[in-house]
Amino acid sequence: MITTDICIIGAGPVGLFAVFEAGLLKMRCHLVDYLPQVGGQLSEIYPQKPIYDIPGYPEVKAQELVDNLMEQIKPFQPTFTLGERVEHLNKQEDGSYILVTNENTQIHAKVIVIAGGLGVFEPRKPALEKLDYFEGKGVTYMVKNPDTFRDKKVVLAGGGDSALDWTIYLSNIAERVTLVHRNETFRGAPDSAAKVFDLANNGKIDLILSANLKELGGNGQLSSITLEGKNKEEIVIDTDYLIPLFGLSPKLGPIADWGLSIDKNAIEVDTRDYSTGVERIYAIGDINTYPGKLKLILCGFHEAAIMMHSAFKYVYPDQKLSFKYTTVNGVNAF
Amino acid sequence: MVTFTVEDHDGNRQTVEAPDDMGLSLMEVLKASEYPVLATCGGMALCATCHVEVLEGENALGEATDVELDQLENLPEYFPTSRLACQVRISTLLEGAVIKLRGEDN
Repeated sequence: MITTDICIIGAGPVGLFAVFEAGLLKMRCHLVDYLPQVGGQLSEIYPQKPIYDIPGYPEVKAQELVDNLMEQIKPFQPTFTLGERVEHLNKQEDGSYILVTNENTQIHAKVIVIAGGLGVFEPRKPALEKLDYFEGKGVTYMVKNPDTFRDKKVVLAGGGDSALDWTIYLSNIAERVTLVHRNETFRGAPDSAAKVFDLANNGKIDLILSANLKELGGNGQLSSITLEGKNKEEIVIDTDYLIPLFGLSPKLGPIADWGLSIDKNAIEVDTRDYSTGVERIYAIGDINTYPGKLKLILCGFHEAAIMMHSAFKYVYPDQKLSFKYTTVNGVNAF
Repeated sequence: MVTFTVEDHDGNRQTVEAPDDMGLSLMEVLKASEYPVLATCGGMALCATCHVEVLEGENALGEATDVELDQLENLPEYFPTSRLACQVRISTLLEGAVIKLRGEDN
């Protein structure tokens, strides 16, 4: 079990800066992020894009800002769990929490800070009746273990790179692979698209173009899929699996089930200290909402400072908090 | 100012007026007009929650970038005149257009 004062969910710029504000108050932090590296969207999506509204930096590249933040918080020795997602919060008798990740990592913390940004990127689901019912019973959104599909009939749907790549890959493993795409052409990598057309021409796979998923069939387990073709005709395919690959979309994920007050995919907070309605749980940065909210990194930094001063009472209940400037006291490392 | 029509998820139509000289995106105007557009990613063509279908005036909307087309291509539901509202600039070209909301609203 990892033990810390404050567990920060999300290691984007705001989560990282929160470590600094906590450190000034002698509170230790552990950060958890579903991405394999720190920096959130800045590192994952636009590392080379310049940002122009960080105070004191006329222009700074996103990754450079993340690197600087990591340098800034080094004295406070934050620890990290990366590539894992917090699934559950278990409240302890003394008010503290044990957080459990999808990999079963456990973190004991006195305070939880949700700095989750856009949330986690989850597979986008097609609007199909009974889709939920067949999830885990033939419908799956990712290929975790390709061997699952050995000698099985598999239908993939989608036209992006992952649909093309998995079609090619599974064509050597599955009994039969069918790729369903609603257009006549693919926007994915031209090499992969050419390969898929080759496989189809050689009879190795079935390629059904200008078709849409319409209905799932099966009794307790997926056994058929009905498609609607170009001329609205119905095509029925027998299958063991359906893998819809329609890209990823940011969602709150498990956070939505923690009893917090949610409005339009964001967590409502009290602007006095960015606390949620649940004691010891705070939310800062893009994931929170309040009247006048601006989704800006600089606003997240402000929220982090205010929030950490409020959290002090849970970490040091017997001490009085005194406000100090770094110009007077410097940064005292742990 | 430019005036266009917005059709919501239930099929109700209303005209919307927006300034065409402030560099606003269609997504920003829809949000400001209190339409249920999540715009989770804030306008970076990442989440597609501002997906709209252009019912009339599609030629007025200009070319979509590769980033936008890639995102649209991935959507389970997609129409020949689909756009991401965050990538559409408000300009006089929008005058008289009819826009239908298609993005997830919860």
